[in-house]
Amino acid sequence: MLGVALLVFREVMEAALIVSIVCAATRGVARRGWFVTAGIGLGVAGALLVAMGADLIARFASGSGQEIFNACVLLFAVVMIGWHVVWMSKHGRESAQHMDAIGSAVRVGSSSLTLLLAVVAIAVLREGSEVVLFIYGMAIGGIGAAGLTGGIALGVGSGALLGFALYFGLLRIPMKHFFKVTNWMLVLLASGLASTAARFLVQGNLLPSWGSQVWDTSWLLSNGSLAGQTLGILIGYDASPTGLQFVFYATTLLLLVVGMQRVGRASPSPASRMRSQPPDPTTESLR
Amino acid sequence: MRHVLFFTAPVLLALAASTAVARDLPEYKLVIKNHIYQPSELKVPAGVKFKLIVHNEDATPEEFESTDLNREKIVLPKSSSLVYLGPLRAGHYKFFGDFHPDTAQGRLIVE
Repeated sequence: MLGVALLVFREVMEAALIVSIVCAATRGVARRGWFVTAGIGLGVAGALLVAMGADLIARFASGSGQEIFNACVLLFAVVMIGWHVVWMSKHGRESAQHMDAIGSAVRVGSSSLTLLLAVVAIAVLREGSEVVLFIYGMAIGGIGAAGLTGGIALGVGSGALLGFALYFGLLRIPMKHFFKVTNWMLVLLASGLASTAARFLVQGNLLPSWGSQVWDTSWLLSNGSLAGQTLGILIGYDASPTGLQFVFYATTLLLLVVGMQRVGRASPSPASRMRSQPPDPTTESLR
Repeated sequence: MRHVLFFTAPVLLALAASTAVARDLPEYKLVIKNHIYQPSELKVPAGVKFKLIVHNEDATPEEFESTDLNREKIVLPKSSSLVYLGPLRAGHYKFFGDFHPDTAQGRLIVE
């Protein structure tokens, strides 16, 4: 039972940390609870489908189907988060003169709700499909129903508890800095997910590694430790990344920071926007 | 349109180049039987890129995983999975089966 609980906990923890950051970042958005629930539901359904189709995915692209699937799903999450963060920086500033931060968050409802639904579903789907395959194996292996359900309950419960702890911890951040902090957390989360996508692309030999072990800090903090794993999810920590992972991480970070600043600066207020000269095509294409 | 080409061209080139050399890579094999890796210690040369084929003879799925090597891949029952690795620095790298970590343990010895 403890073995089951441990694996389920580690998978649920990964999803729960991501879900709680996204929930914090969309604080104050109306109908948020429904979208989180729908995202979890979609994710669970998707996890079952992916587990059932694992054989199909495995055979796809001469054996690199798993890697392609994971990379695509991760990069989609990166785009969703990136879109939200850049959009948020525009509308956050636009309404800053009239409303408090919560008010502006309510106004970015549409982007936030799509983000919530998609990212929650993706996080649950990725980790969930592994849990489903694991449980399937355990059930065949002849573990008792009591041990299995007990282990799952314990694992899901403790993983979710960790997610709630992070969420309520984040809520304690003063309102003045709140969305600044959650936005930065989203930026680092997205960069980390991009780096993980790169790792899968290298694992499947779909892209060159550009140096397979650029540095090694496993003596300081290994990927396998709980702290290493947690930081891996939150900020994309990797003890010995490939060059390509570094490039994906840095590119995402740079694009989002520049995007946030350019879009944020491009629209200070409706009045000054009317007076300003036509925007150059490069910033225009960013929208 | 030119921007799109500018970004995708190097990726496509790299993709073509990497798949072209994949066929000539040396292969190493691991077998999972009764949730145990055979062999539990696998020797590979340092500084060489290679393919690792993990074959699962059990009736249950396994996940080949290594935090040292940064790899994770599901290996379905009675089938094989392919993982690309390296070039690696000399050293010992642990790997395990994520679904049966009590018994499925092994080391890659790179020298």
